[in-house]
Amino acid sequence: MESNSIDQSQTRNVMQSPRSPSSHPFLSASVTDPVKLGNGVQAYISYRVITKTNLPEYQGPEKIVIRRYSDFVWLRDRLFEKYKGVFIPPLPEKSAVEKFRFSAEFIEMRRAALDVFVNRIASHPELQQSEDLRTFLQADEETMERFRFQETGIFNKKPADFMQMFRDVQSKVSDAVLGKEKPVEETTPEYEKLKHYVFELENHLAEAQKHAYRLVKRHRELGQSLLDFGKAVKLLGACEGEPTGKLFSDLGTKSELVSIKLQKEAQQVLMNFEEPLKDYVRYVQSIKATIGERATAFKQHCELAETTKLKEINLDKLMLTRSDKVGEAEIEYREIKAESEEATIRFERIVKRMNEEIVRFQEQKTEEMGVAFHQFAKGQARLANGIADAWRALLPKLEAASSV
Amino acid sequence: MMGSENDEDSHLHASREETENLFLRDDPLSRSDVNGNHSAVSTLPPPPIIVTPADSDPLSLPPNGSSYIEPPSYADVIFSPFDDNASDDCSSQSPISPSSSYPSSSDYIKITVSSPQKEQDASSSMLSGGSTYITYLITTRTNLPEYKGSDFTVRRRFRDVVALGDRLAESYRGFCIPPRPDKSVVESQVMQRHEFVEQRRVALEKYLRRLASHPVIRNSDELKVFLGVEGKLPLQMGTDVASRILPKQLFGEGVEVAAQPPARSGRDLFRLFKELRQSVSNDWGGAKPAVVEEDKDFLEKKEKMHDLEKEIINASQQAETLVKAQQDIGETLGELGLAFIKLTKFENEEAVFSSQRARANDMKNLATAAVKASRFYRELNSQTVKHLDTLHDYLGVMMAVQGAFTDRSSALLTVQTLLSDVSSLEGRAEKLEAASSKVFGGDKSRIKKIEELKETIKNTEDAKNVAIKQYERIKENNRSEVERLDRERRADFLSMMKGFVVSQVGYAEKMANVWAKAAEETSQYNRESS
Repeated sequence: MESNSIDQSQTRNVMQSPRSPSSHPFLSASVTDPVKLGNGVQAYISYRVITKTNLPEYQGPEKIVIRRYSDFVWLRDRLFEKYKGVFIPPLPEKSAVEKFRFSAEFIEMRRAALDVFVNRIASHPELQQSEDLRTFLQADEETMERFRFQETGIFNKKPADFMQMFRDVQSKVSDAVLGKEKPVEETTPEYEKLKHYVFELENHLAEAQKHAYRLVKRHRELGQSLLDFGKAVKLLGACEGEPTGKLFSDLGTKSELVSIKLQKEAQQVLMNFEEPLKDYVRYVQSIKATIGERATAFKQHCELAETTKLKEINLDKLMLTRSDKVGEAEIEYREIKAESEEATIRFERIVKRMNEEIVRFQEQKTEEMGVAFHQFAKGQARLANGIADAWRALLPKLEAASSV
Repeated sequence: MMGSENDEDSHLHASREETENLFLRDDPLSRSDVNGNHSAVSTLPPPPIIVTPADSDPLSLPPNGSSYIEPPSYADVIFSPFDDNASDDCSSQSPISPSSSYPSSSDYIKITVSSPQKEQDASSSMLSGGSTYITYLITTRTNLPEYKGSDFTVRRRFRDVVALGDRLAESYRGFCIPPRPDKSVVESQVMQRHEFVEQRRVALEKYLRRLASHPVIRNSDELKVFLGVEGKLPLQMGTDVASRILPKQLFGEGVEVAAQPPARSGRDLFRLFKELRQSVSNDWGGAKPAVVEEDKDFLEKKEKMHDLEKEIINASQQAETLVKAQQDIGETLGELGLAFIKLTKFENEEAVFSSQRARANDMKNLATAAVKASRFYRELNSQTVKHLDTLHDYLGVMMAVQGAFTDRSSALLTVQTLLSDVSSLEGRAEKLEAASSKVFGGDKSRIKKIEELKETIKNTEDAKNVAIKQYERIKENNRSEVERLDRERRADFLSMMKGFVVSQVGYAEKMANVWAKAAEETSQYNRESS
């Protein structure tokens, strides 16, 4: 996958696996060992992030750092700012219900999701070049904390950003003056189709995910009911003579066994089926955010182009009348033209990136969902076979008792 | 979810023939019908010698002709649908257990309750505005010799059923008589609502069928008259008022008697009060147990029955929860399948890339499996309901047993009362004799009194002997009923367990096949290094 990014930095075919020959560049990271730190309300989970690489930009073949959730958020936000047009991999949700926040289940799911997050970035041809990624993977905890803390303030907005904000206000005013109330939007049929697709997809996926989550619950409920039924049937057996008593006891035991299988499968369905679906939904939401960025970039590009034209017209007018304001106007015109060209380049870069990203995204999702479906089907088949085997074991005795 | 089912069907063209192949015929392992057809138990393959390990990868199941014997496939055993229509042939047989003792296996009696109709009470006063009530058509078809004839049709109202229940309780003391449906105290408006009437129809049918399946009661005059004699029910109030009213009042059932008994001779009423006092003093007598029952076996049995009842209630409740859970998981699987079908359609319509079409295909396979599994859960649940219903049925049976035991206790109470009567009367006679012997020449008034007293003593002695005979008879009824019950219960519970387990196995296998297929279809995504 080649992409000629505007900053002309070389992209390399960086591999994930450290087992490849040492001449091949590779970068891989894993998120492990969640540990609860702190007390009470301020308690949080920290993770070990282990990086293995042979890239020269990195500080060595292996590096281990400690990170917490908000560090991941920092990384995501930075990438979102810098790599507009790229579908930034999504993060798992900020928090769950309080008492669930530190359950082993939740912690493990989050860890797995964070691991996927980092690895997706490390295997993305553009994102893997990111300096912020290097910071995230290598900086010591103090430095990381400083970075993280800075991000939340308005103070790190650069002068250029202020100018842009000013211009935004300006253009809004001129819009109103010129009577341009309609928002400036891209309306190519292809892009319209894409936008429509993304928004509809989110709805469909959310529904599927909802039912998948319910299915997990149903497994647990069925398991619980079989457990209770098994206990009740055993008690009933205790009141009965033979052979009924023993048969009820066996029936109860089997029922409890089947219950355990169901609980186990519930957990598998949650991790291997429902979670991928949730991830899919999050990814679509990330795409929506990118669509938003594209809209902003498009608007800027259009407005600056307009403004440039106006300035040109103005300049020509002044030149015709040989006004002494020509010099000033020319400078202004050149500045605006440069900015407009930049805005256009930014916008076009987003479009190019998005076109590549959408192909990548579709392929990635087909692969990931395929795996999820396969595991789900296998798990269900395994469960059903296990249940059949468990109950079947009772039949010889039941047959024998019936034929008496 | 009926609407969504149509959606499902229109999308699952390929899988439709497959689902059609799940042809359904009679469950060979349900309780056999009266004709003794222990159908097709022998069609099931013999139990396995070696069983596949539970955790094996379904994709790596060995092909046919492997080195070990595959377990019998109950997926091929087809199960009968559970039809809620009571008039359906499937459930129209009496719920008779295979162990019921019948003189000949070709006897049958089939009762159907149908066509509820509103009727006016002709004799109601103008003031009450003419009360209406519902009658039900009761059709009986039988070849029992006791019933002179083979087809009977009568119309009865619920009040008549109550009367039947009361008559049977009187005549068959000591027997385990199935409890009749509840009298619901509802407003007349509710009485006539369709659902209530339908519920009552079903309950009446169940009740009559249970009566007909009791080996002794099925031949009773009371039942024969109820089922066969047209017109207003001629069943009379019984004479043994005291023993019937008393326990109910004691145990707080309130005044349930349909009509007040005519005031009998002073003797009966007197005895009634005495018994009341006696049993009260027995109950709150303190150290001594209530009714002095010497029969240790009986006391043990009674306690066992009590424990059994408790556990049946519990098991019945858990069974209901289980049924609900099975229903829920089936529904959710169906909804999941439907959601994926919508996604499939969506991706196919909007597809720009081939990866989308591939994904759409994967989703379709998953959806198909989920929808099929959902159907299987629904079918399994019908079976589960059918089999575990035995537990609910036995709740009624336990109530009948309680009734039988109560009959015995109250009969014993009568005996005890009469015994103490006799001894106190004799005491009085002694005193009078002693007093009168002190008067020279005889005390005419006292002598007369003594003679009257001796008359009373004789009558009471006779009553006591009758009561003792009755008590012994009831004891014997108890014993034979409990024996019958134990036998039937063993068979019914066994049948229930077997039916439950077979359906669980069968449907689990069906579901395993369906999911294995889906796993096969997505096998290209197998990333496990196993």
